[in-house]
Parts: sequence; structure tokens; C-alpha cells
Amino acid sequence: MPELIITKNIDIPGIDTLAVYREHGGYQALEKALNQYQPDELVEMVKQSGLRGRGGAGFPTGMKWSFLAKNDKPRYLCCNADESEPGTFKDRMLMEKNPHMLVEGVIITSYACRVSTAFIYVRGELALAGRQVERAVQEAYDAGLIGKNILGSDYSLEVIVHRGAGAYICGEESALMESLEGRRGYPRLKPPFPAVIGLYGGPTVINNCETLSTIPAIVENGAEWYAGFGTEKSKGTRIFCLSGHVNKPGNYELPLGTPLRTLIYDEQYGGGIPGNKNLKAIIPGGSSTFILGPDKVDTTLDFEAIAAAGSMLGSGGVIVLDEDTCIVGAILRMTEFYRDESCGKCTPCREGTYWMTEILERLEHGHGREKDVDLLMDICDNISGKSFCPLGDAATSSITSGIKLFREEFEYHVKHGHCMVGAGRTVPDTESVQGASLHAGAR
Amino acid sequence: MISEQAKQRMRNLAARYPVARSAVMPALYIVQQEEGYITQEGLQAVADAIGMTVDDVESVATFYTMYHQQQPGKRVIKVCTSISCYLRNCDKLVEHLEQRLGIKRGETTPDGNYTLLTTECLASCGTAPVLQVNNEFVENLTLETADALLDKLDRELKAGQARGTAPTEAEARPYVR
Repeated sequence: MPELIITKNIDIPGIDTLAVYREHGGYQALEKALNQYQPDELVEMVKQSGLRGRGGAGFPTGMKWSFLAKNDKPRYLCCNADESEPGTFKDRMLMEKNPHMLVEGVIITSYACRVSTAFIYVRGELALAGRQVERAVQEAYDAGLIGKNILGSDYSLEVIVHRGAGAYICGEESALMESLEGRRGYPRLKPPFPAVIGLYGGPTVINNCETLSTIPAIVENGAEWYAGFGTEKSKGTRIFCLSGHVNKPGNYELPLGTPLRTLIYDEQYGGGIPGNKNLKAIIPGGSSTFILGPDKVDTTLDFEAIAAAGSMLGSGGVIVLDEDTCIVGAILRMTEFYRDESCGKCTPCREGTYWMTEILERLEHGHGREKDVDLLMDICDNISGKSFCPLGDAATSSITSGIKLFREEFEYHVKHGHCMVGAGRTVPDTESVQGASLHAGAR
Repeated sequence: MISEQAKQRMRNLAARYPVARSAVMPALYIVQQEEGYITQEGLQAVADAIGMTVDDVESVATFYTMYHQQQPGKRVIKVCTSISCYLRNCDKLVEHLEQRLGIKRGETTPDGNYTLLTTECLASCGTAPVLQVNNEFVENLTLETADALLDKLDRELKAGQARGTAPTEAEARPYVR
């Protein structure tokens, strides 16, 4: 088992309390940061570490911090803990089990970025995670780790835990700021970028929960140590959320550059596909990323290799589909998500996700038309790159890549009215719940 | 009735944020906790505490799915139906719950005990299929454990009625801070 960083202490009983967290070295990184480093030196350290955002886009964290506009407006930090990308469940675990590590990361980052008010935006559905983070923040206030003159320094910080209320779009950074400002979660046009004009008009840094949870270890052990993990361009470790058709789904922290095959098949991790079925497809970074075929199973999990294979590392949500999965049904299910979660602000996304779902639904249920496959591609082309925020692009990823890889399955649906694989292979009769459920759309 | 205590909590929240308006989401949770869902009176109370118009508050309340627009059941069951749960047969689970409760997804039982909802990815894909009861997770479900869960919930609800007491806050309401 390779060395762990983020999940190293996660199973220690009571690590979610301040006392136990401190027994295991907690808040020493904060002390070190405040006593030994100027803010700019910390920014430089994180740049040197090579840490890249763990939320989806993979932007270099230190560079993001250095982009903050230098003016006299108050600066803000937003921790994006609105985890809701289908296939992703790492931030929830971090918040539920080790919330102080996140809080420490928030305080250090706030100091490094000269922020005086930080927000932790926790997804509304994650009730326990929200309570854990709120409790950790309160404990930190009571211990003088947040508030005025932290640990006797001249640095002061307020931290507010803000709970979402059910909107995937608020994971998009500008929609998150709108939500924090007390409005509907509609994305903003960029530029200006949040680093220049963000929350309440001030320069704002927005980082993912896992990203911020990694900061204490980097400050504690140094940039060089962290950069020693991973590949030349993708440094460090990250949590891969493995789900779908594997024997042992779960969160696995691995150095970047680990082969997909290891994650899926190694006994320490996924342990292979149930029933020893064949691999059909892999979605490597949450449902917003392009589907990869089974020939890509030896690709390494780092930003560059996954991009070269034709997808993105995204949020680290690796979804595995076995040979019996109806690709039309699976893509329909993913597309329904984007239809339901489109905020409705811009037309290509609002209307396009609706129509794509309609067309996929009729294909899935045997009412498809011959031109539907091309029509889907055409709609994707009219959404991707033409919508306000990345949600529109994301909605097209599974469709374009799915059709590219499995076009014959779509056409089979048109011709035969049902799937060419799995339990949906025969026309599902109403008695067969198993077949209907595997085959989606029992509505 | 929105209690004076709730109103004070909302005013405190408005003062805690750099801009009062930011308190609208937590304030909506508070009035939902008071009344079970977002009522006209609740909207008015939030508007008064924060200094917004009622329409403006309502525009926020109707954007976010966790604010109930009508009275939900005492137990709100949300079943995740996104891709990872789908690959692990969540649809069969939803059908089973529909049959057992005698309602369709999106509906509330006539006795007001249960609301059954399907929901988007709940960030529990490693333990799929998964559902939440009043926002607390129940993971790695099978049809058998789902039945056992409902048996337990039935017993709890019956015990509450036998006592003749109103359900406790934790029983009756979705999570609020």
C-alpha cells in the first residue's frame, strides 16, 4: 500500500474531535505557517508542491492564489464542499470523518491569501458532514484557532459554515458565490474571474474541500516532499472514488499516475468486476467526463494521460460499467441528471438537456428514429461551448463519447426497439422487474 | 406560527454575514423547521428579518429543492437514482418502496407519514444503492434491508402516535441547523 497523505489518519477513532486531531499532530501546520512563513511564502510553497485542484478542473492551486487582485477590497475564501458530481463521494467522507483537517486547511489558506472571512459551503443533503464541519469550526473558535489573533499572532479570521439547499449548479464557482450572496444559483459570466471580482465584489479564492484538506500536510512536510508523489506533471496523491460494477467500491487514495487497471482490478482496491464479467466502459472523473472504452484500462490516472486518452480526471469519480450495461440506458440516466440540474439561465443548456433526454428516452424505449443519433450529436454541438457555464458542456460528454464508442448499440435500439446487451437484450416484459430495472426507465 | 426565538435567530444570522442578504438560505431553513415547509408566513418572516421583499425571498426558496413547497410526510425518503446507484439497481428499490408504501415517487401517503422522493447523486456511490430518511443516510440497501428499515420506521411512527405526542423535531423535520 503506497503512503497515504489525505486519508492517513481518517480511521483513527475520535479524529473528528479537536483533542484527538491535535494528538496526531493537528494544527501544528497552522502554527508553523503563522510563525515561520509570510503569506506570500506559503503561496510559493503550494506552487512548488505542484498541487492541482481536486474539484474537477485541476487548476494549479498556488497559481490560483497568486492571481488574487491586489486592491483594498476585502478578500474572501470559499471552500467548495458542495460535492454532487455523480460518482464522487470523497469530500463527504473527509468532512464526516476528519473535519479538522479541512478547517486547518481553510485557516492556513486564508492566511496565505490574506483573507479575513472564509466560507465553507457544504452541500445541503450532506447533513452529517455539515454538522461535523460546524462542530469542528466551533471547537476551533473555542481553542483560539479561529477568531481574533490566532495563536497569539496578529492574524484574525472569521469562518462561516454555509449550507446549500439542493442545487448541483452551486458547485460551479460563480453560482456558488451567487448562492452565498443569497440569490438563486445562476452562474456569472467570466471574466471577470473570482480572483479579481468575486464574492461581494472582492477578490475571492475558491478551492475544493479535498484541495484544502491537503494543505496542512504540504505545510507540515514541505513542497518537495509532496511533489515526490505522483508523476512529473501531476503531483501528489488524490482520492479516487470507485463505484459501479466493481467488487469493492469505495474511496482509495493513490498517487497520481496509478494505472486504472490497478484501481479497478487490484485486490487492495476494486477487486475486479462482479461475476468476472468483462469491462465495457470507464467514466474516469465523474459523469461530466468523456466515457473511455475498455482498451484504455492501462491508462494511468494523471491529468495528462487521461487527457491523452480522450477524457478528464475531473473530480476523481471513477465509474465502472460491465459488459451487460445498456449504454443507451446509462447515458439516458446521466442526461436526466443534467436536465434536472440545469439552472435554466441559458437557452442552449436549458432546452438542449431537455431535448436530449426526450430523444434518449424514445431510443431507450424502442420509439427511436433513424436520424436520432445524428440529431443527438447535433444538439450536443449546439450546447457544448455555447452555454454559460461548464454544466452544458458536461451534459454532452457522455453522449458524444458514448455514440463514438458504441454507435452500433444506439442503432440497434432504433432497429430492434431494445438493447443488444444484458438483461434488456430481450424485450422486457412487465413481470420482469429485474430486466426493467437494469434497463432503466421503469416509469 | 413563526416563534419570536426563530425571528431572533434569523436577525442574528443577518448580522453574522458581511451582507444581510446572505442569511436568506439559513433563514429559510429556520422557518421550514418551524412550520414543516415554506409557508407564506415563513416567507414574510424571512423578508422582515433580512430586509428583502417577499417575492425576492420566494425566488430563492423556489430555486433550491430542499425547501419544501408543501407539507411533507413525517419521514421523507429520498432514493438516489443517479448513475452509480442505477448501475446497482436503484430502480428496483424505488419500485419496491412504491409498492410497499402504496404511493408513487413524488407523493405522500394519505396518513401523512411518508413522502417518497427520487433524488440526484447523494455522494454515496461507493455504498450504492442508497437512500436518506430525513437527510440521514441508509447505505448498501437490498430489498430485505429496505423492508426492515420501513418496519422500523413504522414502529417508530406508531409509538409516537400511541404516546399521543407530536413527533419530536428530529422525527418530524428534515435537517436544519
